[in-house]
Amino acid sequence: MVSPGPLRVVRCGGGGQRGARAVYLLYASGDFVKVHSVNTEETLLLLCGHADLVTGIQLNPHNHMQLYSSSLDGTLKLWDFMDGIPIKTFTVGPKLLALYVLASAEDSVFVVVPKKGEQDTFQLVSVKLTKGAGQDLEGKELSVVLDGVGASPKQIAFGREDSYVVSVKDVNLQVYFFKLKLLNRFSLSTAKTKGGDNSFSCVVCHPTEDCIATGHADGKIRLWRNFHHKKAYTYSALHWHHDTVMDLAYSLEGTRLLSGGVESVLVQWHNESSCQKDFLPRLGSPIECISMSSDGVLCCTLHTDNRISIINSNLRFSRSIQGLIKSRDVKTGLVVDPRTKALVLNGEPGHLQFYSLQSDQQLFSLDIVQRQYIHQAGLKQSELVKVAFSAQGTWLATVEESEEVADPELQLKLWFYSEETQSFALSTRINTPHDNHITDMCFRDMAELGDDSLILVTTGRDCVFKVWVMVEDSDPEAHQSVSWSCDFVGGYHNYQATNCCFSEDGSLLAVSFEETVTVWDSLTWELKCTFCHPPGNIRNICFGRLTCSKYLIGATDYGFLCCWNLLTCALEWSAHLNVVVLQPDPLSEHIAAVSWLSKESSLFVFKPSEPWPIYIQRNLCKEKILLAAFVPRDEPEMISSEKYCWLRKSQLFFLTDTQELMTLSTKSLEERLTPSSKQLAVEESLPMTPFSVLLGKHRRQQAQEDTDLGKPVVHNKQEQASPAVKELLHTPAHVLPSASFLCTIFINSLLISKENKSAEEVADEVEMESEKAEDDSDEEDVTAMEQEDASHMELLGEMTCKLSKSQEKELRKIRKMDYSWISAF
Amino acid sequence: MAAYKPVVVQACPKLGEKITQDTLYWRGYKTPVQIKEFGAVNKIDFSPVPPYNYAVTASSRIHIYGRYSQEPIKTFSRFRDAAYCATYRDDGRLLAAGSEDGSICLFDVSGKAPLRQFEGHTKPVHLVGFLSDKYRIFSGGDDYSSKLWDIPSATEMISYSEHTDYVRCGCASKVNADVFITGSYDHTVKVFDARTKSSVMTIEHGHPVESVLLFPSGGLLVSAGGRYVKVWDVLKGGQLLVSLKNHHKTVTCLCLNSSGQRLLSGSLDRHVKIYSTTSYKVVHSFNYATSILSLALSPEDETIVVGMTNGVLNVKHRKPVEKNENSQKKIQPAYRTYVKGRSYMPKQEDFCVSKPVKRVLRKYDKLLRSFQSSKALDAVLEPPIMLHTPEVTVAVMQELHRRGTLRSALAGRDEKQVNLLLTFVARRVIEPRFTSVLVIVADMITDIYQPVVGQSAIVDKQFLKLQQAIGKEIDYQEELLEVLGMMDTLFATFTKKRDTCLEENKSNGVTEIIETNRNY
Repeated sequence: MVSPGPLRVVRCGGGGQRGARAVYLLYASGDFVKVHSVNTEETLLLLCGHADLVTGIQLNPHNHMQLYSSSLDGTLKLWDFMDGIPIKTFTVGPKLLALYVLASAEDSVFVVVPKKGEQDTFQLVSVKLTKGAGQDLEGKELSVVLDGVGASPKQIAFGREDSYVVSVKDVNLQVYFFKLKLLNRFSLSTAKTKGGDNSFSCVVCHPTEDCIATGHADGKIRLWRNFHHKKAYTYSALHWHHDTVMDLAYSLEGTRLLSGGVESVLVQWHNESSCQKDFLPRLGSPIECISMSSDGVLCCTLHTDNRISIINSNLRFSRSIQGLIKSRDVKTGLVVDPRTKALVLNGEPGHLQFYSLQSDQQLFSLDIVQRQYIHQAGLKQSELVKVAFSAQGTWLATVEESEEVADPELQLKLWFYSEETQSFALSTRINTPHDNHITDMCFRDMAELGDDSLILVTTGRDCVFKVWVMVEDSDPEAHQSVSWSCDFVGGYHNYQATNCCFSEDGSLLAVSFEETVTVWDSLTWELKCTFCHPPGNIRNICFGRLTCSKYLIGATDYGFLCCWNLLTCALEWSAHLNVVVLQPDPLSEHIAAVSWLSKESSLFVFKPSEPWPIYIQRNLCKEKILLAAFVPRDEPEMISSEKYCWLRKSQLFFLTDTQELMTLSTKSLEERLTPSSKQLAVEESLPMTPFSVLLGKHRRQQAQEDTDLGKPVVHNKQEQASPAVKELLHTPAHVLPSASFLCTIFINSLLISKENKSAEEVADEVEMESEKAEDDSDEEDVTAMEQEDASHMELLGEMTCKLSKSQEKELRKIRKMDYSWISAF
Repeated sequence: MAAYKPVVVQACPKLGEKITQDTLYWRGYKTPVQIKEFGAVNKIDFSPVPPYNYAVTASSRIHIYGRYSQEPIKTFSRFRDAAYCATYRDDGRLLAAGSEDGSICLFDVSGKAPLRQFEGHTKPVHLVGFLSDKYRIFSGGDDYSSKLWDIPSATEMISYSEHTDYVRCGCASKVNADVFITGSYDHTVKVFDARTKSSVMTIEHGHPVESVLLFPSGGLLVSAGGRYVKVWDVLKGGQLLVSLKNHHKTVTCLCLNSSGQRLLSGSLDRHVKIYSTTSYKVVHSFNYATSILSLALSPEDETIVVGMTNGVLNVKHRKPVEKNENSQKKIQPAYRTYVKGRSYMPKQEDFCVSKPVKRVLRKYDKLLRSFQSSKALDAVLEPPIMLHTPEVTVAVMQELHRRGTLRSALAGRDEKQVNLLLTFVARRVIEPRFTSVLVIVADMITDIYQPVVGQSAIVDKQFLKLQQAIGKEIDYQEELLEVLGMMDTLFATFTKKRDTCLEENKSNGVTEIIETNRNY
């Protein structure tokens, strides 16, 4: 039921090769390995099979279409990443922390495993890959190569022609020569002089020379030579980075060295001299990994915010692959953009990201702070802390503040969505709207009254809430412009205002002041009534919706969930629940409350009119859930089960403190993945034209027919024919091949074969069955399996029938042959 | 990959009035010329023909001033007592004036002695005017009557005594030669037709009427009295169109500008307000030293003349429109370069490749981009930037502080530069929009240069200046807080009633607690 969103990229591998150009980008993301197209930025394949985090991926040096991957679950897998099929699985046993595959060692790979019996010590071992027939193999033959290595994959590197291996840890460097069986150790001084920190952070070896480049925590890069000798070794230093060098990479020929770090600048060093260097600045966020493609044309950098940039060899930014951008702290909460239904939250520093849940892509990133972000620790930068959308999505309010606690530099910005540019434009900027931090903000949602009734309320720790209204400068001779100004300032006994919320019809405003909830009339700004439930401050408040609009729900610090009736001004019910998140569904009267008790989060869904929840999911996840949002579905989903009927109109998303996005779904994993895997297109270096699509389709068909020898094609040709003919007719004449070539294709596409009909009918039946099955049970896994089984069965039936016919024919032939031969005899 | 984002300079909107086309237009006057008259200036009238001389009635004299003369070019002083309401005829050749003794004098502008004298009013005459046929004069007096005189024969034609108080103002219709309007202290404005025996329309203004005005079209009537300026639709039978209340003392005079698009009103509250006649909103206002009694605008709005109660005549001339065509021509590129490549119209099937716009960065931005903090600070400490756009200097200082390099940028400067910095800080630290940043800067400067205090007399002097400025500001803030406290106590007395309401609610809350306890 709970599925983690693709949020963490672990280690990215190089590009696969096809022809002369790197076409695929492979990277490990959580438990999966993803295959991306470099040209289109689309995810092509998802290699899933590991049960835990994937720690390393390496292309098979002997077959470029194959990929090794290692995981914390103790297995190595060999994949065919073109088709997404696992070829072999080697069970090693202990956690695998890093993976290295060498071209010279054909039957073994190197992995980093924790040393048995000792904590925090790791060793580099070589695993002998046994050759066997089956898919699941044992890889238990381990031989230790190096002891006391670092756990990070960046801290080990293999040298020229795989003749030596280098490992760095703290201030020690070890070089082990395979042929000589010689281990050299070098160490730097541990003394931290002038803020310098000599400890190693990463290591990389020159591809053609005996040279090792190491990155250090103080930003230095050291180039080691002559390390065959224990005493006479030399090193030179390159220094540009002011903070830790996160990763290094050599170009294919070793002429250029790339380095990256916290500064989010990619530095290219030429000829290992410190005077000649190029920069690619402002890559957005700190660089964690650098990887070169195997043909050396492209390089990609992996950033801490879950983003991959692809960079040309001449250090030009080419494109980026990004999912949900991971920001240090999601302060804005999860907000849904009413216009695009995208999830809106903190993105890059100072930016607001619009993340489309359907396509797992960032729609766009809106620069709110509009200041240059300096990637340096200890700076007090402005951060985006609050976001609110108006009901129609035409107005966006944002609050940014600097991190200073005492005297925050606050700015409230109001953005207007302009239809021409299709983006938000800044309308009003208000400096220091409150004297202290702003705690909450909301628009009055009155869709039927239009923009004139739009009101923004902000609550602050300076003990007041402020009401902002739109003011039109109505000078008939000047052009009209709209600005926002403060209309009302309200307070209650000098308590800090913590939350605010408008009722559904916009007539009432609830503002919580520490222990008390105050309800205000939004027309006259009169205090109507107050509620409180001591002890404990109010943590969350919200109004009921639709039929439950007379209720006000509040959650307190002391672990109480209270429901007040606004008509009688009395407490309706209360429950003992440590509510962390309280989220009303905008389309129904359901309210979701997430509680946090003794290291597990639980979800309760209830209606304000009834004190008992309609749905409870205990132990939702181990992490603390910080935020939740209901995202309206495009079309209401048919959910028959009474238990899940609250998911019909909108979907619930959670964000945990480890920044994983999760959702509740009634569908199984396979079903949700199908739409993306359906999009798998044939990757061609040719551009896609209607003609290539047409040709490709027919070629594939022909190929299928050739190989399968009369195996029924499941596609209905007639259906395909009409678009094929259409494409033929719509393609400009000058790009079409000769008519004689097209003729056969054209006629073929018009032919109707008898076999196909039967196949189609069979498919229909299967679909019918599956629909019935869905209606019957909740567990769609089983039905999906059944469906697949059924189709296989059907196909098998056909096959056997076919085979028997051909056998008959052959038999007949043999009979004839026999007969003639006997007669001759 | 993002491009470098330049430093955001906080553009602070100018407080007070906004810059509109109107403010630009009405600000385009030179500094006023002040002329002292013998008494309160009760009427100013421009000659309708060039060279647009104007007659100023004050005390017992009528002065005629030329356009740029500060001395009167002619004076009529044959009045025994105060003169009132010297008015030009349409051709600018005759001038009529009332007087305290009830007589009306008609002067030739070129002559000295009155051509005619009309006797008939028993009390002072405050209103005299020509009808648009040029041969008749209308007048209104403190004897509640308004009369019509024939100029050639110097005889009274009609006398209306419908007003019940002093008649103090009036005007003639430009469209109809028989129609004139009078306003009186009996709160009414009356429209008279010389062809009838009585008034044809009465408009109730509601306050003693000080001034009336007819629009050139004759359709709209403006009356001023009390604090109100009211606009009436004459053609609809005297329907009230707008009532304007923008002055806080009695409005004494009205005037239209030459285009008829703007209405000006002068008041005892020392303001002249300018209204747009389409929206009837105040588009601009002038401030004067004392209460205003009379106001006139020359044709083409060349001159604004305002007369005050203390006898000062305030004359403002419009600045000549600056035309530096020569300098503009130099800047413009040659026509050929300008047109190059632009005359090509892309066809429908053409792909348009737009050139990336090259962004021009300011000098300090370039330096900041390459992390040269000290040089960036130097760049914004140049006098032109520091004097004219202090917000740029402060924005760069703030950016440096954000980057944590402000201290190193401020350090290591010589006497001259420290002097410059301290002058800037001492002058600007009291401006609220800069205070937060400049206090930090001042703090750092004192920290850094503490060891060298006493080595340079100039720097020491600047430190003392800074101390004084901050001390003054603190005193000022304290005073403000005191005022705020006083106001709070005042407001507290008003909101007593509300407090009781809050009390009730509180008790409500208590009862709820009890209920919740019961619920367990």
